[in-house]
Amino acid sequence: MRGGTSALTPNDFGVEPLSTWIGRVVGVESAPLPNALAAWECRNDRLAWLGLNADSFIDAVHAARERHGAARIAVVVGTSTSSIGATEDAYRALDADGRFPADNRNPLVHTPHSLGMFVREALALEGPCVTIATACSSSAKVFAAAERMLRLGIVDAALVGGVDSLCGSVLFGFNALQLVSPEPCRPFDAERSGISIGEAAGFALLERDDCGDGSSPRLLGYGESSDAHHMSTPHPEGLGAERALDDALARAGIDAAAVDHINLHGTASAKNDEVEAKLIARRFPASAHASSTKGITGHTLGAAGVVEAVATMLAIEHGFRPGTVNTRVLDPVCGPQLRTAGTAGAVRVALSNSFGFGGNNCVLVFGDADATQRR
Amino acid sequence: MSAPPAHGSFAVDAVAFWSPTLPGWSHARAAFRDEEAPLATPVKRPAPDLLAAAERRRAPDTVALALEVAAAAVRASGRDAQSLPSVFASTHGDLAVSDYMCATLASSPTLISPTKFHNSVHNAAAGYWTIATGCREASSALTAFDASFAAGLLEAASQCSADDRAVLLVAFDVEASGALASVAASVGLLACALVLAPSAGANSIVTIDWELARERVAAPAPRSAAARSLAGNAMSGALPLLEAIATADRGGAPLALPLAPSLALRLTAHALVATEARS
Repeated sequence: MRGGTSALTPNDFGVEPLSTWIGRVVGVESAPLPNALAAWECRNDRLAWLGLNADSFIDAVHAARERHGAARIAVVVGTSTSSIGATEDAYRALDADGRFPADNRNPLVHTPHSLGMFVREALALEGPCVTIATACSSSAKVFAAAERMLRLGIVDAALVGGVDSLCGSVLFGFNALQLVSPEPCRPFDAERSGISIGEAAGFALLERDDCGDGSSPRLLGYGESSDAHHMSTPHPEGLGAERALDDALARAGIDAAAVDHINLHGTASAKNDEVEAKLIARRFPASAHASSTKGITGHTLGAAGVVEAVATMLAIEHGFRPGTVNTRVLDPVCGPQLRTAGTAGAVRVALSNSFGFGGNNCVLVFGDADATQRR
Repeated sequence: MSAPPAHGSFAVDAVAFWSPTLPGWSHARAAFRDEEAPLATPVKRPAPDLLAAAERRRAPDTVALALEVAAAAVRASGRDAQSLPSVFASTHGDLAVSDYMCATLASSPTLISPTKFHNSVHNAAAGYWTIATGCREASSALTAFDASFAAGLLEAASQCSADDRAVLLVAFDVEASGALASVAASVGLLACALVLAPSAGANSIVTIDWELARERVAAPAPRSAAARSLAGNAMSGALPLLEAIATADRGGAPLALPLAPSLALRLTAHALVATEARS
């Protein structure tokens, strides 16, 4: 993000790959699950395992398990297509009776909760375990659901996250909707031509405010709403997105003027970016630095919520607001908030936007470690 | 480690139910009370008024089912659909749409239908519901495999308590079709919807106390013959609570629904005397 480089590469996924660019995680094919978890073998759960093993996350979960007990930690994860890639593979290799091949017949892989069950088993957690699947807002909404569980005392910690992996369904599905770009995606560019699909795993461990050493970033609020407009096109005036924003600001107890940075949904689809740019232009001061990181990662769909929540927390932690990579000339609908270049400087309060099919919207508000005291 | 057990309560303002042999809550309630038999001849899938005529024919089964019960529950609750956040729980989502997607990807991937693709998202029913009713409140869609009903109920109950407002819960699964039937077990169509409220009001049917308990429990078997006949559907985990609501006036035993392998959601339904007298 600091270097402003894109990780997108020409699409080489699957048979007869479409002419587009993708954010492909390198090495998933050569990273089998450990033997104890081999029953979960599929690209999505492999990606989940890679994510869990990054950045000492497993150690943090183990420490939380010691602190609270396994039954007091929820697993709340988001995905759009989960392990449907394994189901697609089975359909290309059906046996003579039209059934799944014997080596790809585990019912726990061919169902959307595969992700939640895998994470629970991999980390030996025993609390409530649920997979939220609201398309591209999925792993933003996990923060909201987990916050409620923490607030009500249902659990003392929650592992939240999201994983989505490249598969035919999303590549050919978004292609059918004419939303896939033939070039690396250019969010908010006047000449943007659609999305670049990516894959990712991201996780976070949430605990109540009084836990830990006080140095962690804070989830200050969240907002959830529905567009009530169309299954695959945003509301033309962004009414649903604005409602989620208002809900998020109200729950955080802050004004839009207090926002230093916004990680935008910014998919580089014609409609999303137009609607979102107008919303940012009318609601935020020019000092708010708004950008999309999808030119770096691609649109990681059900994982985008948590990937961009993590990017937002990194912006707070490191005092660096990323730019909008790949974008050359901003669409004239963009206000002064929209930035193509990254900028150093303190970030105290930052938002992350996630909007999905079905008109499903979620806005998260994060703050630095002192944010809760300032309120 | 010694934290108190999590618990809470909510009122149920309305229940709706649909299966091909019990197409409506009044029939299902009577059947779960062993007072009526399910239909001998199953009826066709519902055609919710909320959808335009063309959509009514084209909508996936999950959408038709979910909208039917959601509309019936909201109507019975006397509330405005636009005022209710919603939680949609389904074990597998629309298995017929998934079968179409995977079969088409295997044969001719560039011919995927854009409509089928956007209908393949797990929150398709939630999307159609909010579009059809003009509801801009939060809507969620979730799965927890065989604990999907319990997890949906816990999520709806948490929203209800955390924000002190009524919430719509819709739960459904459809028949497994195509090659997916070799791995996904689900028979027939089954859907239910509950309108949860933070406390009992004039329209409430029962109140329910809930509690998380660290115990390994098996899914409770339905008690009535009518509910047992629906046990093959992947959302059959909803049936024990629906039976408990249907028979709350007889004083029912607490239920324990598995939420995770060693965690149960204990539920106790209490009849509301005034409501019983009025009806």
